[in-house]
Amino acid sequence: MMSSDSGFFGRLSWEAFPVAGLIQNPSANEIIANAAAGIVIIGAMVVVGLLTWFRLWGPLWRDWLTSVDHKKIGIMYIVFAIVMLARGVLEGVVMRAQQAAGPGDGFLEAEHFAELFSTHGTIMVFFVAVPFVFGVANYVIPLMIGARDVAFPRLNQIGLGLTVSAGMMLMVSLVVGRFSTGGWTAYPPYTGAAFNPGVGPDYWIWAIVVSGIGTSLTGINFAVTLYKMRAPGMTFMRLPMYCWTIICSSILIIFAMPPLGVAALLLAADRYLDFHFFTNDLGGNMMNYANLFWLFGHPEVYLLVLPAYGIYSEVFATFSAKRLYGYNSLVIATMSIAVLSFTVWLHHFFTMGQSALINAVFGIATMLIAIPTGVKVYDWMATLYRGRIRFSVPMLYSLAFLMLFVIGGLSGVVLANPTVDYQVHNTLFLVAHFHNALLPGVLFGLLAAYNYWFPKAFGFRLDEFWGRVSVFCWTIGFLLTFMPLYFVGLMGMPRRSFSYSDPSFHPFMIVAIIGALVITCGLFSVLIQLWVSIRDREKTRVPVGDPWDGRTLEWSIPSPPPPYNFAVIPQVTDRDDFAAAKAQGVAYPTPDAYEDIEMPRNTGIGFVLCVLSGIWMFALVWWIWWLAALMTVLIILSIIIWTFDTSTELVIPAEEVRKEHEAWLDLVHSATAVDRDHEAAPENRGLARPDMEAVT
Amino acid sequence: MRRAPRHSYPGINLGEDHASADKFSEVVTFGFWVFLMSDLVYFGLMFAIYITMIDAQAGGPGPHELFDLKSIFAQTLILLTSSLTVGLAMLALKYNLPRPRIVLWFAVTLVLGLSFLVLEIRDFMNMAAQGGIPQRSGFLSAFYGLVPLHGLHVAAGCLWLIVLGIQLRVMGLTDLVMSRVVRLALFWHFLDLIWIGIITIVYFGGLTYG
Repeated sequence: MMSSDSGFFGRLSWEAFPVAGLIQNPSANEIIANAAAGIVIIGAMVVVGLLTWFRLWGPLWRDWLTSVDHKKIGIMYIVFAIVMLARGVLEGVVMRAQQAAGPGDGFLEAEHFAELFSTHGTIMVFFVAVPFVFGVANYVIPLMIGARDVAFPRLNQIGLGLTVSAGMMLMVSLVVGRFSTGGWTAYPPYTGAAFNPGVGPDYWIWAIVVSGIGTSLTGINFAVTLYKMRAPGMTFMRLPMYCWTIICSSILIIFAMPPLGVAALLLAADRYLDFHFFTNDLGGNMMNYANLFWLFGHPEVYLLVLPAYGIYSEVFATFSAKRLYGYNSLVIATMSIAVLSFTVWLHHFFTMGQSALINAVFGIATMLIAIPTGVKVYDWMATLYRGRIRFSVPMLYSLAFLMLFVIGGLSGVVLANPTVDYQVHNTLFLVAHFHNALLPGVLFGLLAAYNYWFPKAFGFRLDEFWGRVSVFCWTIGFLLTFMPLYFVGLMGMPRRSFSYSDPSFHPFMIVAIIGALVITCGLFSVLIQLWVSIRDREKTRVPVGDPWDGRTLEWSIPSPPPPYNFAVIPQVTDRDDFAAAKAQGVAYPTPDAYEDIEMPRNTGIGFVLCVLSGIWMFALVWWIWWLAALMTVLIILSIIIWTFDTSTELVIPAEEVRKEHEAWLDLVHSATAVDRDHEAAPENRGLARPDMEAVT
Repeated sequence: MRRAPRHSYPGINLGEDHASADKFSEVVTFGFWVFLMSDLVYFGLMFAIYITMIDAQAGGPGPHELFDLKSIFAQTLILLTSSLTVGLAMLALKYNLPRPRIVLWFAVTLVLGLSFLVLEIRDFMNMAAQGGIPQRSGFLSAFYGLVPLHGLHVAAGCLWLIVLGIQLRVMGLTDLVMSRVVRLALFWHFLDLIWIGIITIVYFGGLTYG
């Protein structure tokens, strides 16, 4: 038969598996690498085993993997993001532990440490933040604008499939071969073939390319959904703030993903075909890579944080029982940030040799972003002012954000000054800054969204106690982990170094590892909260659908919503339409007539492309050319065959819609309305007593 | 029921009572415009890379040794003519001409697209014979990163023409197929636009500044 060096398996061989390293050289480093690989394999086996034991393969396939329902796709995105979040957090803990071990070489090898910060960054940005943002947006956007689905439901499924298959490549890289050591930015020439001939950068490249295609498709989908699918009367200035932030994010995706794709593909051309885009010799120019990457990288920051701003806007308004203060200024500020985010990319490499004038221009442009951001912060505070504030879990996350994010933003203004940046460039000060922006900024927002919209998605509320524990752990853990990094950064400790010799850094590192462990507790308390909430779900059911006295359309329908979302497409007359309807006493109207509803039929194309693109990436990474060629042909063929399928719609008869809707309306009329003092009590069945505006 | 003017997409003949088809066509066509906009950014960046690397010839052959303007002229004529024939296919669709007429213009477009590709590949082979391979210099890498990317798009367009030609025969002139014809035409005109950029920046620009 074929042996491993004959070309049938490309450059894949026995040495690619971490077990080989363990046998040759048993050390702490190898044990950790093998444990990580073991967790991936065991985790996969447990999932397969449980699915088989409970006979869930059929339902999984019919109800989830082939579903084109935006709500289910949103939930799958979030599940994927939380799985990847667990890995990302644990990697962070291992890195903190390495540095807490004190001056010297710690217990990890330099190579392994470099792999850890590369996968940590790649995972947290591309496979936690992006899918989490997409998951929430997928779930919420059509409900907020009164639509039955996104504009392109099948494309939505393909986007999910590509994101997941790219994420799986990072899991595979734990078990077969090694991931890149070039950081999440993968700067050549270090990641070029001359200095890094192994498979690591190739794993990075193909994961980025494939997930980038998925992200672009989803961005186009959201943009078109928000431009074209709004319910009648939902004008742009009546859109909920969250929808505005997703419009801006989608615009950022549409224009900012291509630079990343170009950067990664040109790097691939250098590595695979011996091109000279970024090499040291024959006219290559690595500065082109730095520019391309950050032309994507900076808008990326805002495409993550803007949706979080949108979430905070909804949470502040709802839990203050007030209309969002300064809606117009928030819209303008969001758009300004979106536009300005394209003018600042160079501040990521002030030290790479431009003239002082160029640095000054980009430094000033960077500082300008603080203005619209400041407008937002004041608008949120003014929303809170004289509101009837409830300290629910989403509100606690949002308040923590409000206080902590300002620190992160201010340290960004400090870094925007090129002269200061020269001093702290590539130190832990920078690491502290962007974690300060991304944890309280993005992650708190997503966790707030998870707590806020969970009852909408599943029909029962999340446990308050464990929610509060998780807020506490994330906040304290964040402060303990990252505030010390500001100090050691100013003291000159470089980032990404697996060892250090200055003992004065050590106490800070000890505090940071304690913080990292508290963050781990935060992660686990999120999981415990989910477990406890599912166990006690009978006590927290909210079938009527409006547990928080919500203001926007998604709260005007049952929890969980029917597949078609709205039995009758609503006619929008106001911003915060549902709050206005409740104030006027015209919420929950009985429709005059029902119509047949056409919904997209299930399809397997997203799953097929997920599997094929996964094999395609693996084949390219390991130079298994015949397999890569075969997969290319199969991918093209499956898309062509799929376009011949014309029976894509399914009709839900009007009678069925009427029955379901009237049953729910009966429930609404028989339910007891609760006021805000009893929001967390079992009697909250999702019907709010509309007296809040009067109270304030 | 009258068609709501807000939902009508110009250049496609969907009949009188097709509010839902109009809505579908509007959403899908708008989405395709957005996709093209994103694709345009890819090309814009590759143009920028080419411009920054025009001097990075590393002692290898440059534009004056490699570019053959006669062949480029022929390719330009062929591609622009193919844009005309795709336009004629659209007109045949709009004025309800018999289906074979649309297929005919598709076939002419396909032949023109394929001849463009043949000429382009012949150019590349001539360049390679003179040492103009992408592995030689940063300049040539940038050239081969950009021009064949356009060629790849043309090849994808040809495949699309074939598939849609078959669908025209198998599925007939359904709303779905008609809206696909609209999008294919948009894509094909987009390729023309990029090609104008390529002759201006890659070939003329290269010969002027390289």
